[in-house]
Amino acid sequence: MSIVTRGFRGRRDSAPDLPPGQYLTRDFPVLSAGPTPRIKQDDWQFTITNEAGDKHTWTWRDLLALPSEQPTVDIHCVTKWSKLQTSWQGVSLDTFFEAVDTGADYAVVRSYGGYTTNLPVEDLVDGKAWLVYRYEGDDLHPEHGGPVRLLVPHLYFWKSAKWVKGLELSDDEQPGFWETLGYHNYGDPWREQRYSGD
Amino acid sequence: MVLRWLPGKVADIRVETPTSRTIVFDVPDWAGHLAGQHIDVRLTAEDGYSVQRSYSLAAPADEDRIEILVQKVTDGEVSPFLVDDLLPDDVIELRGPIGGWFTWEPSLGKPVSLVAGGSGIVPLMAMIRARTQAGSDAGFKLLYSVRGPADEYYAEELGKHGIEVTTIYTRSESPSGRPPGRIRPEDLSVLWPADAGARTYVCGPTGFVEAAAQALVDQGHDPGTIRTERFGPSGG
Ligand SMILES: Cc1cc2nc3c(=O)[nH]c(=O)nc-3n(C[C@H](O)[C@H](O)[C@H](O)COP(=O)(O)OP(=O)(O)OC[C@H]3O[C@@H](n4cnc5c(N)ncnc54)[C@H](O)[C@@H]3O)c2cc1C
Repeated sequence: MSIVTRGFRGRRDSAPDLPPGQYLTRDFPVLSAGPTPRIKQDDWQFTITNEAGDKHTWTWRDLLALPSEQPTVDIHCVTKWSKLQTSWQGVSLDTFFEAVDTGADYAVVRSYGGYTTNLPVEDLVDGKAWLVYRYEGDDLHPEHGGPVRLLVPHLYFWKSAKWVKGLELSDDEQPGFWETLGYHNYGDPWREQRYSGD
Repeated sequence: MVLRWLPGKVADIRVETPTSRTIVFDVPDWAGHLAGQHIDVRLTAEDGYSVQRSYSLAAPADEDRIEILVQKVTDGEVSPFLVDDLLPDDVIELRGPIGGWFTWEPSLGKPVSLVAGGSGIVPLMAMIRARTQAGSDAGFKLLYSVRGPADEYYAEELGKHGIEVTTIYTRSESPSGRPPGRIRPEDLSVLWPADAGARTYVCGPTGFVEAAAQALVDQGHDPGTIRTERFGPSGG
């Protein structure tokens, strides 16, 4: 049971169905733990390493040559803002996984700048995740993760790693950056899994 | 570890500037926290409608007593309520401490540069107060950007901690004679240089943090020594 706050009514924007504790923003706030890395498109690479240690690498040109999709999705940040109907362009993770021989259950995502996050492989496949390089019709800006970020909109947005450079697949789960600092291991906004133990 | 919602009883409210308040809560069984961490606050209306926002802890805990500083954001849903309507003895729900990255502990053993934009001073103030409380002699240098003298939080107290403080104003001339304007790369020269082995904490609105962190990297600071926290989409 929550405690009623004396005198509080709230603004109640024409609130659509947002996950619990979230509010709507029209801006695109930024959450990062350090300075924004600046990676040139031509220097960018993405490597998937499977549980046997085999690597498969894609360059920026390889990425553009793959079939792209234009997902329009709602995104939810653990710092409480949600943004609806954001439109992106990128390549489904399913396309990358076709090239990889794996039965692994877990992935660690690695980024330029040292950021990591972890998620189950099943949350990356079957049309649930993309590597995106355009946002609202423009190249993805560095503050928002350009040249390429992961997009996994059904989880809190810290799982959608910016400046992504690789996936490491394994049979064991290894917590990433925020996950070792008290944030929830899975991060489902609809179950309000913000912090460890939620 | 489960972060439960706890009742926070308002013990004191202090006017910091015309549009901001320090709010002191008594939270039974508060578990303690590190300088730089924050809490989540939850407000609930009669009919169950509820909202949450994050606020940095402004000082080390004094047993069960914690404090935050809230700046009123025009048209905001939560901050105008906290600044204008909350009264002593009101009880609101909060939970924490949250965030294990943007933190300072006396054991760090390095000089520290602090860069604050507007209410971004709050977690850095917690670090400054924690340093004094611990009797640490870590070399702290603070660069603090605010609109003008009327928007300077903790103005009196900042001079009393024995650290170097440089204040710059975005909308009027600074005490040093600097012309008005947002943070510029040359402003950062009052901080520890890139080769001093310092850690730098930058906190404020997103645009401010982006500008300051990028300028530090351009000046040769190792990105791994710079920790950032971004408060909001826009503003001072
Ligand atoms: C980790 C963390 C720590 C924080 N610590 C503090 C703190 O110590 N003190 C403090 O006052 N705030 C702090 N904030 C910001 C705080 O959580 C709220 O975002 C802020 O109080 C505005 O909430 P609101 O409900 O009044 O405004 P909202 O209803 O959320 O927003 C109203 C309008 O103001 C804009 N807006 C939202 N936030 C800001 C902002 N910060 N500056 C300018 N415009 C904004 C919105 O885009 C919107 O247009 C922190 C945020 C984070 C993520």
